[in-house]
Amino acid sequence: MPALRDWGMPALVTLPMSRTIIPFGPQHPVLPEPVHLDLVVEDEKVIEARPSIGFVHRGLEKLVEKKDYVEFVYIAERICGICSFIPGPTYCQAIEALMNIPVPPRAHYLRTVWGELSRIHSHLLWLGLMADAVGFESLFMHSWRVREKVLNIIEATTGGRVIFGSCKIGGVRRDIGADAIRQMLADLKKIEQDTRDITRVFLDDSSVKDRLCGVGVLSRQDAYELGCVGPMLRASGVAQDMRQLGYAAFKDLDFEPITRTEGDSYARCAARCQEIFQSIDLIRQALGKIPDGEIAVKVTGNPNGEFMARTEQPRGEVAYCIKANGTKNLQRFRVRTPTFANLPAMLKLLPGCDLADVPVLVLTIDPCISCTER
Amino acid sequence: MAYFQMSRLALKWVFAKPVTSRYPFEPRQAIAGSRGRLVFTRDTCVYCTVCAKKCPTGALVVNRAQKRWTIDRLLCITCGYCVEACPKESLELTTDHGSPTVTKDREFC
Ligand code: SF4
Ligand code: SF4
Repeated sequence: MPALRDWGMPALVTLPMSRTIIPFGPQHPVLPEPVHLDLVVEDEKVIEARPSIGFVHRGLEKLVEKKDYVEFVYIAERICGICSFIPGPTYCQAIEALMNIPVPPRAHYLRTVWGELSRIHSHLLWLGLMADAVGFESLFMHSWRVREKVLNIIEATTGGRVIFGSCKIGGVRRDIGADAIRQMLADLKKIEQDTRDITRVFLDDSSVKDRLCGVGVLSRQDAYELGCVGPMLRASGVAQDMRQLGYAAFKDLDFEPITRTEGDSYARCAARCQEIFQSIDLIRQALGKIPDGEIAVKVTGNPNGEFMARTEQPRGEVAYCIKANGTKNLQRFRVRTPTFANLPAMLKLLPGCDLADVPVLVLTIDPCISCTER
Repeated sequence: MAYFQMSRLALKWVFAKPVTSRYPFEPRQAIAGSRGRLVFTRDTCVYCTVCAKKCPTGALVVNRAQKRWTIDRLLCITCGYCVEACPKESLELTTDHGSPTVTKDREFC
């Protein structure tokens, strides 16, 4: 039989037969966010992961030139669709620092309460996605059932479910009355009980543990050197939490960062579970101490100068850098999002893992690609 | 390691009422305080254009000469900025989410 070359065809590519490239994402059943990975696999083991992002770039940073600094709060809130509240206060914090605006203490407390509610809802959403990734469909439904109750509190107090729209420069736009506080505390009690039921499954059930324990171990040294943030860093044993900086009302509240030592997927899951309870406790503390008074002050003038604000989002530390030149439009606005800091660690975890563990590993960093690309 | 944790949770819910509602047959209960559809009251409006100037998305266009207030529902993000700004309290955000928009044209009021 004549060889292919005799018919004018090129020789077959000489790849080692066992090595394959499997595209993963940007559309994938377990992946809520558009990240694309080219996974080089040998047999069932991942040898290399080559990422590519850039599917949902919206050019939000550039919009500071079009929208004035007061309107930009709405855009800052839309950077991330899951932890949508915290970007607002972070941006406001930066502007307020530049303009020396004395934000009323009650506004600080309300921002803290809403920020922690958004952390609870984000972590519950993540728990649901995690349950889905390990193949636990009903647990996914249960996590989101609890999350729904948190969203109802958020809707009743701020007016929005996902985009709260309740923060503005100089304070907040809505107050929470005494009745609403009582209602919120009662609801939180139920949420705490329900969360306890579902986290028991995540932390104790043998089939969930089989998928998480010992998968993707990130050492303390690696986590620190790769610049991880948030629960990812704390699950590897580094006690770093930006809330300790004492922004908003955190200086008056009592809490310790939640750390784990194992550094595997189970530790990251457990850290987030514990953070839900920590946030519920922080809300209770804040509502117990909330001072009376104004919720906003009037803002006049334009900002001038440079400032960097750092806060703790559900996914970790976020840094907002703004540069203003005394006009109503900012000159430059830059965000370093937590997922951007956690991506290098994810790429370190992937080589050597089983192909079936890739969805779990990608999810344990709690990726939010939309805010990474803005 | 514990076994049957999920079964315990599932058993607890087997006999409970479903959490979801049968939506089109059972109307959704609006939550008080929610920011829903923007409603315009024609009688009190003086066509001062303050709301159009304040709207961050440019959803509102007000023509003082023709006494015309228009909104592009697809641009409105129900932020409530115009409601706060209106001197005559002609604007209000209701708690229901309203019906879907069927046209891309501006709505004239
Ligand atoms: S601000 Fe109020 S009164 Fe003025 S144009 Fe708008 S709706 Fe009418
Ligand atoms: S609610 Fe907000 S987006 Fe909608 S018309 Fe009013 S100001 Fe514009």
